[in-house]
Amino acid sequence: MIEARAIVKRFGDFTALDGVSVDVPTGSLTALLGPSGSGKSTLLRVIAGLERPDAGTVVLDGEDVTRRPPQSRGVGFVFQHYAAFKHMTVWSNVAFGLTIRRRPRAEIKQRVGELLELVQLSGLAKRYPAQLSGGQRQRMGLARALAVDPKVLLLDEPFGALDARVRKELRLWLRRLHDETHTTTVIVTHDQEEAMEVADRVVVMNAGQIEQTAPPRELYDSPANEFVMSFVGPVNQVGDAYIRPHDVELLLEPNGSTQEAMVQRLVHLGFEVRVDLVRDDGQTLSAQLTREQVEALELQHGQIVYVRPTRQTVFAD
Amino acid sequence: MIGRYAVRFASLGYLAVLLVAPVGYVFWKTFQHGFGPAWDAVTTPDAVHALKVTLILTAIAVPANTIFGVLSALAIVRHRFPGAGIFNAVVDLPLALSPVVVGLALLLLYGRGGWLGGHGIAFALPGMVLATIFVSLPFVVREVVPVLREIGTEQEQAAATLGASWLQTFRRVTWPAIRWATAYGVVLTTARALGEFGAVSVISGRLTGETESMTLYVQDRYRSFDDVGAYASSVLLALLAVLTLIVMTRLRPKEETQ
Repeated sequence: MIEARAIVKRFGDFTALDGVSVDVPTGSLTALLGPSGSGKSTLLRVIAGLERPDAGTVVLDGEDVTRRPPQSRGVGFVFQHYAAFKHMTVWSNVAFGLTIRRRPRAEIKQRVGELLELVQLSGLAKRYPAQLSGGQRQRMGLARALAVDPKVLLLDEPFGALDARVRKELRLWLRRLHDETHTTTVIVTHDQEEAMEVADRVVVMNAGQIEQTAPPRELYDSPANEFVMSFVGPVNQVGDAYIRPHDVELLLEPNGSTQEAMVQRLVHLGFEVRVDLVRDDGQTLSAQLTREQVEALELQHGQIVYVRPTRQTVFAD
Repeated sequence: MIGRYAVRFASLGYLAVLLVAPVGYVFWKTFQHGFGPAWDAVTTPDAVHALKVTLILTAIAVPANTIFGVLSALAIVRHRFPGAGIFNAVVDLPLALSPVVVGLALLLLYGRGGWLGGHGIAFALPGMVLATIFVSLPFVVREVVPVLREIGTEQEQAAATLGASWLQTFRRVTWPAIRWATAYGVVLTTARALGEFGAVSVISGRLTGETESMTLYVQDRYRSFDDVGAYASSVLLALLAVLTLIVMTRLRPKEETQ
């Protein structure tokens, strides 16, 4: 269990964390989601002890570790840019924490062997980080962090420097790994899809504060405010109302509750098609349809259609 | 095409005229009458003593400046402290200041009537050691600082989260990353210490057979119209410098070149 209480962290005039409190239950996989500059990485670094908070406390498994250095917190940390020890082989990188702890050679050999197996790098043990791909380097970083049996695993935008395909693979792989090991894990990301896919709980941060903490589904279905609504998925703003593109219905004939709009652009995204529309009052909005729906409606550029929201959200101020 | 040859010709010509010709000429003059006279010239008691003095100066100045250099580089790059900017600038002072001025300053400080005078520092080996350390101080710092900046702090932070103490992190992570920069700094420091003339010339008092280093001995021989002695000693100095370079290149393992 990680408990961060009223954490404040300033860098000069900039307040990175403005009294943030967050609980991470034991065995969970929690995502800290937010735009850059929202304080999510700083919060993770405060938990790890890499950053000292100006106020607030960090409690790990019931122990106040606020004043403790990272060495004695029992955390595993994975960096966005891998932080691989460049002059060491993959094997020595993974063995680092155990070597420092002067564990018996046989134990190190066995544990590193297991971990390399787990991260699918067994054949590359003698390579140097420079000879690995980005995805392989990050798997090595993960094995290195797991080697010392950390109480919590902290990942700072771990897939941020990788290309889209490797990113998706690693994300699934991380989820499976967590299902096997159940290590309490916190992952920082600015990618809502990544957070929704990998985590059981998502903490949405903005401007040094927490906007909402919820499971992915709840976050999407009942966002606490405008910020969360627009950050966790595409959204149309029509007056005070927020409408998801898949909640916009298109009809060929008006039915009283619809408004006239013109098709400005059709964007084919495989199974889905995004339809950019402009209403007769000048309001632009986009609708998300399946390919079959678009074909059934025979939508064309410049065509006049009639739209209505099937579902919309209005936030009370 | 012509442009490329012009650049090549100009740069090689520059090197040939300004570096290779004078040094080559000294070598030629030294061995003009064979190996024997040159050998005799550098094995006189005064020459051997001068060589000893130079080696002692280098043997003290190089380790001192290596340790100081690595620590200073760490301080400049890793630890923000008040006055770091000034400290960083002051480290370069020996490069900007003429060695003669350094020698004079040391003489004023440690000489007769100076603040710290009368402790057998001026006109003796300790003064010469101080002068040599002063002029060869910036090289290790200047080589190590950019490398430390480039490697960043992430590897060190990773080591910390894995349980490594400051010393363990330095030994296993930081040092392997900066050791070749340090080695190169050591080569430059050694070369500078071997070749130092100005500051040592002022502070030593130039007592032949006592406080005369190899460079001072070269000038002494030249002034005494002992051309062979001067040339042979110069060649010896040059060979020492080349030897340092070769040793360092040899030490560098294959793993680092990939």
